[in-house]
Amino acid sequence: MQSARHDFWKGFWGALPFCFIVGPYGMVFGVLAAESGLDVLTAIAFSVAVIAGAAQFTALSLMQDQAPTVIIIIVGLAVNLRMALYSATLAPHLGAAPFWTRALVAYSTLDHSFALADAKYQADPAMTLSQKLAFFFGATGFVGVIWIVGTGLGAWLGTRIPDWLALDFAMPIAFIALVAPALRTVPQVAAALTAAVLSLVLAAVPYGLGLIMAAFVALLLGGELERRKQTTL
Amino acid sequence: MNYPSTTLWIIIAGLAFGSWLLRFSFLGLIGSKDLPEWLKRHLRYTVVSVLPGIIAPLVFLPKATGGVFDLPRFLAAAVTLGVGIWTRNVFVAVIAGGITLYSMLNISF
Repeated sequence: MQSARHDFWKGFWGALPFCFIVGPYGMVFGVLAAESGLDVLTAIAFSVAVIAGAAQFTALSLMQDQAPTVIIIIVGLAVNLRMALYSATLAPHLGAAPFWTRALVAYSTLDHSFALADAKYQADPAMTLSQKLAFFFGATGFVGVIWIVGTGLGAWLGTRIPDWLALDFAMPIAFIALVAPALRTVPQVAAALTAAVLSLVLAAVPYGLGLIMAAFVALLLGGELERRKQTTL
Repeated sequence: MNYPSTTLWIIIAGLAFGSWLLRFSFLGLIGSKDLPEWLKRHLRYTVVSVLPGIIAPLVFLPKATGGVFDLPRFLAAAVTLGVGIWTRNVFVAVIAGGITLYSMLNISF
């Protein structure tokens, strides 16, 4: 168990920088939720239950437009479709865990913790299941709590984050920093470029579905290029 | 907006359960069964396919400037990418990108 504890802290330290971004984002959500008429507890419950930034912001803006309930749920979930892809990617690594552990992994799958865990699992294939789980929970737990605390603070204080902080760009920078170290091989770079170009071309496709299409083509291409490289060697 | 509290809770519950189900889907269904090698090969590209797809529109069509290309944001993104590839260090890349963004935003063109 000593080594699993070690992996937990590795995940924790790896994810810590993201707290400084997720915290303010949570506050922005809290402020918007309060301005839309949600009380503090409902705003917190929203973040505890859904724990997915993009989907929550989408749902909130649809609610401001007085969209029908079913539409809000469907569109919010469409924005979260990428999570099913994360689930499939985690399955070979964490699928052997007990049901409730997997249920907890699922609940706490966030973009950054998924990306950190996937990089770690690929770099270190000798990890045991308990080490992999420890790393995952280390990477996800604290940031999840920060998202919820941020939401509560935002809803309670109602202070808007000033524009000069350019918080809109904190998340892109964090995601670029996450993906850049993973760009090592030709298939990886090709997949990333394909996804970037296609997502721009498909930017007008509503409900984040352009992203799913772009990502799907890119990962088909990445895997195919890897296979061809292997067969020609 | 004006939703009765029951409706509000239905929305939250629907989004919560649906999001969990999406996240649990394959992890739950596949369990410890081994996936075929070709599928695992494609799934190794999930991160490098999804994240650039999220990032690109935010960099090239930022909402903060009404979807108009913005040089400080673009340069910050480029520096983060370059430093990330060079150092392979997430933290260093974030700091480099942040410094670039704030210094560029505070230079008046």
